[in-house]
Amino acid sequence: MDAAPPPPLDLDALLRDDATRIVVCCGAGGVGKTTVAAALGLRAAEAGRRVVVLTIDPARRLAQSLGLSELDNTPRPVVGFDPAAGGSLDAMMLDMKRTFDEVVEAHATPEKAQQILANPFYDAVSSSFAGTQEYMAMEKLGQLRSKAAREGTWDLIVVDTPPSRSALDFLDAPKRLGSFLDGRFIRLLMAPAKAGGRAYLKVFSGGVTMATSVMSKILGGQVLQDVQTFVAALDTMFGGFRERADATYALLKDPETAFVVVAAPERDALREASYFVARLDEEGMPLAGVVVNRIQRLAAPTLSGSRALAAAEQLAERQSGSGNPSAVSETAGLTEGLLRLHVSLAQTADRHEALARRFGAGHPGIPMVEVPAAASDIHDVEGLRSVGEALAVSAPARR
Amino acid sequence: MTAVSPHAGVRLHIVTGKGGTGKTTVASALALALARQGKRVLLAEVEERQGISQTFDVAPIGHQETRIVHERGGGELYALSVDVRQSLMEYLQKFYKLGRAGTALEKVGAVDFATTIAPGLRDVLLIGKVYEAVGRRRGGRHHDRDDLAYDAVVLDAPPTGRVVRFLNVNAEVADVAKVGPIRTQADSITRLLRSHRTAVHVVSLLEEMPVQESVDALAELSAASLPLGAIVINQVHEPLIGEKDLRVVARGVDSLPASVTADLKSVSVRTSAAMVAGLITQAEDHVDRVELQQEQEAVLLAQRRQVYRLPMLPEGTDAGGIRVLADVLTDQGMI
Repeated sequence: MDAAPPPPLDLDALLRDDATRIVVCCGAGGVGKTTVAAALGLRAAEAGRRVVVLTIDPARRLAQSLGLSELDNTPRPVVGFDPAAGGSLDAMMLDMKRTFDEVVEAHATPEKAQQILANPFYDAVSSSFAGTQEYMAMEKLGQLRSKAAREGTWDLIVVDTPPSRSALDFLDAPKRLGSFLDGRFIRLLMAPAKAGGRAYLKVFSGGVTMATSVMSKILGGQVLQDVQTFVAALDTMFGGFRERADATYALLKDPETAFVVVAAPERDALREASYFVARLDEEGMPLAGVVVNRIQRLAAPTLSGSRALAAAEQLAERQSGSGNPSAVSETAGLTEGLLRLHVSLAQTADRHEALARRFGAGHPGIPMVEVPAAASDIHDVEGLRSVGEALAVSAPARR
Repeated sequence: MTAVSPHAGVRLHIVTGKGGTGKTTVASALALALARQGKRVLLAEVEERQGISQTFDVAPIGHQETRIVHERGGGELYALSVDVRQSLMEYLQKFYKLGRAGTALEKVGAVDFATTIAPGLRDVLLIGKVYEAVGRRRGGRHHDRDDLAYDAVVLDAPPTGRVVRFLNVNAEVADVAKVGPIRTQADSITRLLRSHRTAVHVVSLLEEMPVQESVDALAELSAASLPLGAIVINQVHEPLIGEKDLRVVARGVDSLPASVTADLKSVSVRTSAAMVAGLITQAEDHVDRVELQQEQEAVLLAQRRQVYRLPMLPEGTDAGGIRVLADVLTDQGMI
């Protein structure tokens, strides 16, 4: 017995609902997250919403078609969308380093900011801090949301998330930053700067002293010193940082936010999607549903794969055959090709179908929508529109 | 096929690619192909994704090197999922004999700091473990100089977007440590990574974005003086329709539906106009796909690297599929 089919994910209803202010697309790398995010943004805008799409790392041609020639943190209007319904569509690409700089500038005195930005350790942290990209994407989302509320520029923000090392990175980023700043070790590093000189030695236990001396031995004294200066400079803005991290987390949990998990019908991508679904659920984050992208569909579904294979073999036999050559039609080879192609597509379609069905059964009650694979890559507004149409077809579950 | 492989002298194969291109699959196939030649091979992952255990359908793999395949011909495949904390502890023990201090560091949160926050350190530790495995000798010190623990190590590396930073440990560490033992370690790792004993292979699909990322990655790798290996094209769709027939489909000949219907009837397939139209539509999409693939393949070929092609397995890649792909890589002379 098959489990009950998952309820359909009605993305049109979600996008048209004024209460939806933020849509976050997440999923493994290579599943078409950016395309889905852009297609949702376009569809919402053409339904009359005022939308900004925040992308992280779009394909070059897709970026160009959205009018994103530079990675400059500035939302720009997308050319080629249809404003008939009264909506608007802007898009921007995240500049991670610039966003981090802005955060520092916003939270420290000019003098302190200068100190931080000039620290060699800052340079390393701002570009390769584990999770910086994830954190900055969330930071940028927070900024856009405030701007939207303040100026009324947008009423819907669609975010594409970074291709994370693991599914959890981007949810963890705000918290991780918080725990980084709260960490005992950071406090410890700051102690000498605060207490002045070596006075701190008396304050801490022997174990801690040993730890710092070991760190200093391994890293070299100069590194530790850089870190200390950096952390001391950051200290003044700790409160601001942590507040921001908490605010971002609260924003993600708010019912005005909707998470859309994007997956491809492949084992790994679906496994990653499962992590996301479980994690969002655990954190009480508002999950709208799952998009299973690029499902192989057949244009001739009435012909079974096995029947097509038998027919192809018969035709092949006839062509190579000993029989009467005049009995073989000129197009026999071509028809055989059509059948063999159908066999292969049917096999892929079956596999996709089985994977999607299993995924649905494993996540009962989670709304799902399947998007058929396009024959070619999507890199223009026209293509995005057709993806949007496919996404919005709230096809009653077919099974 | 008996020609010497361009990668015969390579001891460390690093496999990268855009997310979703199947770099774990390719790394696994490459490692298995080496093992099938009778070699002792280590396959390592560094992102704690358990990609290897899932690919080979074995129990989760940890920081202990575990044998996952034993070939009849004597080849062996070991797997390792590098754990950054344990690498740090090993590192402390090896260079400083700091068993107890390691525990102290753990207590004050320094290990957390070093392994999740301190930029570069994490990567140095991860790649450091791989470096150690490449150079490790079997048994005691009295063994032959050539008696290495592994004949080859295959690293399932981070995706193209992160790989250069990951491998460029020297530059990363230089930002924070200009002298000291970490720096020395980074220097030795860099020497191995930039030598002819290493090759960085890039996995791509014949789609626009993966190809673009592959081209960018090759340029970045080369700018970072990392030795480029091959381009492995994954999931190549075999042409199922002959070129001449493809042209007929592409031209959209009016009489085509009628002829196809007749052919199908001749082998007693029950047809309908919609079904025949559907078959032709599928073929038209296939024509588009083939053209796109050719376009993208030309871009990759222009990179002037060795190119190997792995077929799309319609049934998907499980442990059996990996064997098929391993044989394809061997037949094409990658190793």
